[in-house]
Amino acid sequence: ALIEEVGIGTPGMATGMQEKQYTPSLLNFFIYNPKFGPREGEEEKKILFYHPSDVEKNEKIRNVGLCEAIVQFTRTFCPSKPAKSLHTQKNRQFFFEPEENFWIVMVVRNPMVEKPNKEGKPPTIEYQEEEILDTVYGAVLQQCYSMYKLFNGTFARAMEAGGVELLTQKLEKFFYRYLQTLHLQSCDLLDVFGGISFFPLDKMTYLKIQSFVNRVEESLSLIKYTAFLYNDQLIWSGLEQDDMRILYKYLTTSLFPRHSEPELAGRDSPLRPEVAGNLLHYGRFLTGPSNLKDPEAKFRFPKIFVNTDDSYEELHLIVYKAMSAAVCFMISASEELGREFCEQLDGLVGPQLTLLASDICEQYNINRRVSGPDKEPQFKFIYFNHMNLAEKSTIHMRKTASVSLTSVHPDLMKILGDIHADFVRVDEDEEIIVKAMTDYWVVGKKSDQRELYVILNQKNANLIEVNEEVKRLCATQFNNIFFLD
Amino acid sequence: MSEEHYLELCDSPVQFENASSVNNVFFDEANKQVFAVRSGGATGVVVKGPDDKNSIAFRMEDKGEVKCIKFSYENKILAVQRSPKSVDFINFMPDLPHSEFSQECKTKNATVLGFCWTSWNEIVFITDQGVEFYQVLPDKRSLKLLKSHSINVNWYVYCPETSVILLSTTVQGNVLQPFAFKCGTMSKMSKFEIELPVVTKPAKIILSERDIAVATIYGQLYVMYLKHHSRTGNNPGAEVVLYHLQREGACKRSHILKLNTTGKFALNVVDNLVIVHHQSSQTSFMFDIKMKDTDSNLNIHQPVLPARSIHPYKIALTGPAAVGSQTPVPCELYSSTWSVFQPDIIISASEGYLWYLQVKLKPVVSLLQDKSKLMEFLLRRRDCKMVILSVCSQMLSRGDKGSLPVVAIVFDKLNQVYKEYLEAEQSYTMAVECGPSRGSTAHKRPVRTQAVIDQSDMYTHVLSLFTERKDVSHKFIIAVLMEYIRSLNQFQITVQHYLYELVIKTLVQHNLLYMLHQFLQYHVLSDSKPLACLLLSLESTYPPAHQLSLDMLKRLSTANDEIVEVLLSKQQVLGALRFIRSVGGHDNISARKFLDAARQTKDQMLFYTIFRFFEQRNQRLRGSPNFTPGEHCEEHVAYFKQAFGEQAFIKPVTL
Repeated sequence: ALIEEVGIGTPGMATGMQEKQYTPSLLNFFIYNPKFGPREGEEEKKILFYHPSDVEKNEKIRNVGLCEAIVQFTRTFCPSKPAKSLHTQKNRQFFFEPEENFWIVMVVRNPMVEKPNKEGKPPTIEYQEEEILDTVYGAVLQQCYSMYKLFNGTFARAMEAGGVELLTQKLEKFFYRYLQTLHLQSCDLLDVFGGISFFPLDKMTYLKIQSFVNRVEESLSLIKYTAFLYNDQLIWSGLEQDDMRILYKYLTTSLFPRHSEPELAGRDSPLRPEVAGNLLHYGRFLTGPSNLKDPEAKFRFPKIFVNTDDSYEELHLIVYKAMSAAVCFMISASEELGREFCEQLDGLVGPQLTLLASDICEQYNINRRVSGPDKEPQFKFIYFNHMNLAEKSTIHMRKTASVSLTSVHPDLMKILGDIHADFVRVDEDEEIIVKAMTDYWVVGKKSDQRELYVILNQKNANLIEVNEEVKRLCATQFNNIFFLD
Repeated sequence: MSEEHYLELCDSPVQFENASSVNNVFFDEANKQVFAVRSGGATGVVVKGPDDKNSIAFRMEDKGEVKCIKFSYENKILAVQRSPKSVDFINFMPDLPHSEFSQECKTKNATVLGFCWTSWNEIVFITDQGVEFYQVLPDKRSLKLLKSHSINVNWYVYCPETSVILLSTTVQGNVLQPFAFKCGTMSKMSKFEIELPVVTKPAKIILSERDIAVATIYGQLYVMYLKHHSRTGNNPGAEVVLYHLQREGACKRSHILKLNTTGKFALNVVDNLVIVHHQSSQTSFMFDIKMKDTDSNLNIHQPVLPARSIHPYKIALTGPAAVGSQTPVPCELYSSTWSVFQPDIIISASEGYLWYLQVKLKPVVSLLQDKSKLMEFLLRRRDCKMVILSVCSQMLSRGDKGSLPVVAIVFDKLNQVYKEYLEAEQSYTMAVECGPSRGSTAHKRPVRTQAVIDQSDMYTHVLSLFTERKDVSHKFIIAVLMEYIRSLNQFQITVQHYLYELVIKTLVQHNLLYMLHQFLQYHVLSDSKPLACLLLSLESTYPPAHQLSLDMLKRLSTANDEIVEVLLSKQQVLGALRFIRSVGGHDNISARKFLDAARQTKDQMLFYTIFRFFEQRNQRLRGSPNFTPGEHCEEHVAYFKQAFGEQAFIKPVTL
């Protein structure tokens, strides 16, 4: 085990006069293709999207040119691994080439502290160059592309369909809104993992869900794929892992929070049961028609693109929810979906899903009672398995549309990120224990494809005790998986 | 059309000399023997049994017209009734005199209506004034009265299976008094009244013995009453009323079978089904008293299937008319000369045939559309296994839209029966293990009926073939397999490994590995060593299988050696060592195996570490760091010396 001692500066403490702390923020975000304007004077053609849009044209060209040059230059050193980021005093740039010759660049301003000076003098600005992590923001950038691709397909396909004009239109439309939802200050290790939280469930209830999914797919044969979630956690995915990963991200950070906030606020009370035949049910559409009874209801569903590497499918995304159970039905976009289909789906799925949701809830409560109440771990940990993308965090509170809240200090989160970066560098299993300046111990373990990060707040604990504590955690929380000590 | 005949006469009927002016034919329901008596027995009596091919033939003195003739059980004593007052007996046991002896009924002025054997040497005389229960003493050539009971009797019906005799009493004949006989005892059961249709002219026997039959259905004794309604009025037709006859307690009306027609009927019971033959339409109705009609909670039953005639039957003409050419000719079904006996016998005395009536299940499959009802029906039949399995195959091969819920119901029905058997078997095993029973009753091993369709039946006859089908979507195949596993789990039946293997094979074949991953993640495929090994073999096509396999081995907690092997094969020597130490097995592992693996990694430091570990182990276990010859580590010791030098060895501690 490697031991590092790391100092943590006391955050944002005011000594005498007020200091101002600035979190990292998005400076620029642009997408270009160097092949589109290779000649002098045509450089603007390379730029497919530029944020913020009100930047002067020449500056855009200059910035894009600089990135192009850096990428070209660094490529001579290692052709297989082009540069991923550029560190400067004021900001950090991230480069990503998701498709051949298409580059996405994100420029993030480093966090900084503004220290006021004596009257009249401008305040001194101190940039904290080492506070942000390449792995975290590199992942955020890749996620931007994945999310774009989920709803728009690849750049190449857009080019085939409508040339640069269509592509720029699509980029504009998507990123204009999407970039507003990026909250760079709260990005952390979980963004690197991009994991999926799975709902713990007993075998029998799981099989019932299987049975439900199979039956619905059989009677509504238009349905190509189904995904089943409960409490915003995944239970079943008919989609392949990578597509599910980004769809899950969309559902849990965008679609569900958007619908749960009015729910929590008690507005437009959607929890009135519907009646299908003689069965009461609580099913409703989260995408598509918000009220089936409305004669004006629209039957338009968002389109998503999956399996873009091979079969390249465009699908309608129907998200249907009853109580805490949400199901995504995906249907080929070439099918026309209208009122009749939606009513059929509502009548078939609504009652069954309502029943299933209460079954799951009941079973979940039983299991919780069996495993003992208040067995909420006193440990703060993050677990991730690269094999199935399963993630579990007791550090993060409920994610809302706006921010993800963590219960620990950002500096500790940064240590987690650092440990992860260490793990990425080596192939073998290892364990890192870090004593932070405050009373915290941070432990990172990597075993095969799994990573576990534990934060312990134990005064006066020594290394052996910390090690024992982590062993205990593994024995109670992870006793059913192979996790090397 | 022939596929629609769900009733048939058996292939090998009992043939006997047909009834004629010189040949009287008698049938004994107890032994199921046909007696052909020529000229009162003087020119011969031929007895044909149900299955014994060799018939018995003998002569007896012609002492008048024979009214009734029956063997006691095992053909030990023959009883013949020739007069209204007495019954004659002949010993058929080898060492006893063959000459006849006779017994007159005890009751004065009584007429013997008939007699019934209740064991090899016990017999009941039924007279118009009561019953007399005798023990026959063949060596003394006499009878001993065991018990008698006085009661006015119109007629009687005997059920040999249960040794119960029903006596018709009262003027209208509709009060039935049952008696049960067992090992020399005669017990009177509570009498009951058959509810007659509205009577216009009373004071005359209305209930005829032709309309009463007794049979066991699903292990229970029932009195079946053919209730004819007068044609007037708005009566829909005749019905069969079933009275449940219990040893204790009153006899209760329990089921009504609706015939919805009128005319002449006859009753049979085959495989616990009540068959009602209707002569004028030449068809038969089939009822299953366990089949519930949803529309009524009274036990009113409609026929299971539309009425059909018995499958056409051909008989070979014999006798002088057909010498040489024995072309079979169609047999007249539902002939007025037929006699029907319980439970499943049809006799044509004029043609000299005795048939057993049989139910064919195959035609039922196409006639009964409701799969849930069909399955329930089949599960209650005797020879149902292959039919059920073929229904399953058929159901899956069609892959109709919306058939999954039906598949689920069918699987649940099968597994319910399967589970009940497993439970009975388990409690039997437990009872046996607990030693000899304290009570008098010995543990009875549960009978495995054909309705118990276990996983291997399903696998062999249905699922393994089904998963090979190219014309069915893989989605449906997997859905069906999961549905079967769900059903087994629902009944808490342990799923056999070969089913999991089938699931995995199918998923791998269609490259649905992420699906497989999810199933394993939720432990839908239960942990086992074979499954873990199967997963290991998938690693090359699906790398995560490695992790899944290791996790499974870990959970089994009996597979530590396998885990070590897997890790060593991956050159994770240190990992293997740490693992075995964490489970406390590091004192028993082979040093050679680990050193071999460490050498293979070509990692000098790793080899050093491993070597050092074993030196320390040696020190701790044996007081010396050296390896023993039995460990076969000489090669590695030499290599260590070459690589790190003599001084690198741990020095033996010398005191």
